[in-house]
Amino acid sequence: MSSTKYILGLFADPDEMMHGIDTLQKNSVPIYDVYTPMPIHGIERKLGLKDSRLGYAAFMFGCLGGTTIFSMAYYMLVHDWPMNIGGKPAFAIPDFIPITFEWTVLFTAFGMTLTFFYATHLFPGRTPRVMDFRATDDRFVIAIDAKGNIPHDEITNLLKEAGAVEVKHNDRKYVSYE
Amino acid sequence: MNNSHSFDGQFEFKGKAKTWSLIMIAIGVIGLLFGFLTGAGERTFANLLLNGYYISCVCICGIFFCAVQYVAQAGWSASVLRVPQAFAKTLPYAGIILLVIICAGLFITHTGPNEEGTSTTLPYLYKLWALKGVTTPGNENYDAVITAKSGYLNVPFFLIRLVIYLGCYSLLGRLLVKYSNNEDELGGMLNYNKSFKVSVIFLVIFGFTVPLFAFDTIMSLEAHWFSTMFGWYNFAALWVGGLSVITLTLIFLRKNGYMQWVTEDHLHNLGQLIFGFSVFWTYLWFAQFLLTWYANIPEEAAYFYRRWEPQFKPWFWLNIIINFLTPLLVLMARDSKRKVSVLQVACIILICGHWLDYWQMIMPGTVGPQSSWATEIGPIEISIFVGFAGLFIFMMLTALSKFKSLVPKKHPLLEESLHHHI
Repeated sequence: MSSTKYILGLFADPDEMMHGIDTLQKNSVPIYDVYTPMPIHGIERKLGLKDSRLGYAAFMFGCLGGTTIFSMAYYMLVHDWPMNIGGKPAFAIPDFIPITFEWTVLFTAFGMTLTFFYATHLFPGRTPRVMDFRATDDRFVIAIDAKGNIPHDEITNLLKEAGAVEVKHNDRKYVSYE
Repeated sequence: MNNSHSFDGQFEFKGKAKTWSLIMIAIGVIGLLFGFLTGAGERTFANLLLNGYYISCVCICGIFFCAVQYVAQAGWSASVLRVPQAFAKTLPYAGIILLVIICAGLFITHTGPNEEGTSTTLPYLYKLWALKGVTTPGNENYDAVITAKSGYLNVPFFLIRLVIYLGCYSLLGRLLVKYSNNEDELGGMLNYNKSFKVSVIFLVIFGFTVPLFAFDTIMSLEAHWFSTMFGWYNFAALWVGGLSVITLTLIFLRKNGYMQWVTEDHLHNLGQLIFGFSVFWTYLWFAQFLLTWYANIPEEAAYFYRRWEPQFKPWFWLNIIINFLTPLLVLMARDSKRKVSVLQVACIILICGHWLDYWQMIMPGTVGPQSSWATEIGPIEISIFVGFAGLFIFMMLTALSKFKSLVPKKHPLLEESLHHHI
């Protein structure tokens, strides 16, 4: 039993990497993930990734922000301490709209950022974990879960044939910048 | 060229599209005659102004769209540019129609009550400031507020300004179309660079004059009132209305077998623009409303007071509901922007919505309230709107059929547009 956990195919060129994905898919090798230094057109569709659910989180945070400030404004200006401002009624909805809008935007923006950090383990101060250092520099990396995908040599050959400049058999999932 | 599209097909304007646009024009003419013969002359003129202004705005939007794409050096839109270019080619005709309507409205007179209620001779349009004797002290029509504004707001200067705005836009639009046609013949970067320069010039002129265009044509109908937001509010309406018409035209061309290179990705981008600028429109609408409502100064509140009459109030609210909630609820989701049938319905709603927007800018200050809110929009309104829609379709599709190809074949960014994915 080998101790390899992940097989990484490192490509120098995005087109060759896309070709590598094709080859693996043709041979029914499931791909764990792909890491690239830049966005690549059409890769989501090729890998069959689901749409991000970040939008739903953003919507919920927006609703939360709008509700929070509207309730606060209502409590302060209508219930707790009504004031006569220019002879307008205490519950003057048009006045409430700008602040409600602003808080909706604020909560959406911060909520989205925090959700993104949470989902990607990217909190400030936390050391980022990557599967290969050069995936953020000049290598296009296809990662394959080694468990259950055997024989490993065949996968290595497939990647090499597709144009991988290097194939790594890693015993640990992540390398760290620490 | 790494694609399988044939770019040599020309658009042929015939068959159903031509028949229907002519039928729509006929409906408009019948509505026009009906309006004049039943004695609703002022109402008919107000409707003519409304629709003349609307189609001019849509045509101007075509030029603005092209100019924005060139200045931003946007690649995605290269393959759809012929449609806004056809709008640009239509502007001279639309502008002349608008000017004819305005001249007729200014110079044809009828008898009616002036601001004080005394019976006098009034022009059909701009009766508040274009009637005789309005600036002569002692005259029964004398109006001190208008007199103070008459250095700017007088008939000759008003007409000169309108000719300058529409002339400038038409000319620069023509140049953009000409360079694009030359590009098809010659290729290379020369015409693209020229288009870029013309676009920059257009945007500067447009930015300074489009609020004035709205102030002159629409806001001066209620010349006692003013709002500095009004120009940008009209610009937002122009941009959303125009984008909806561009998108709808593309959808119909695609359905009829033209422009097969326009994918759901291009429509998605247009849907995003419509969505974004609908929110911008609401923002400006609300900015104008909130400040007026809060300050409650009589001369400012007069505008909303008129729209608060029971005959106008339902339409006033309907306007904000359809023009804000439709894009918000329908177009926010990614899937609905990519689904042609949904986008098509949203565009049609928004086109009618911005007609209603212009309608409630114009009618309360010109025709005034009718007997009930339900008769406010009657056969005259509907038939003249249909007629102008037909007229626009006829002129625009004729202009489109004059292009040798439905795509700027040698546009330097065309490949990017054909492979556009989002």
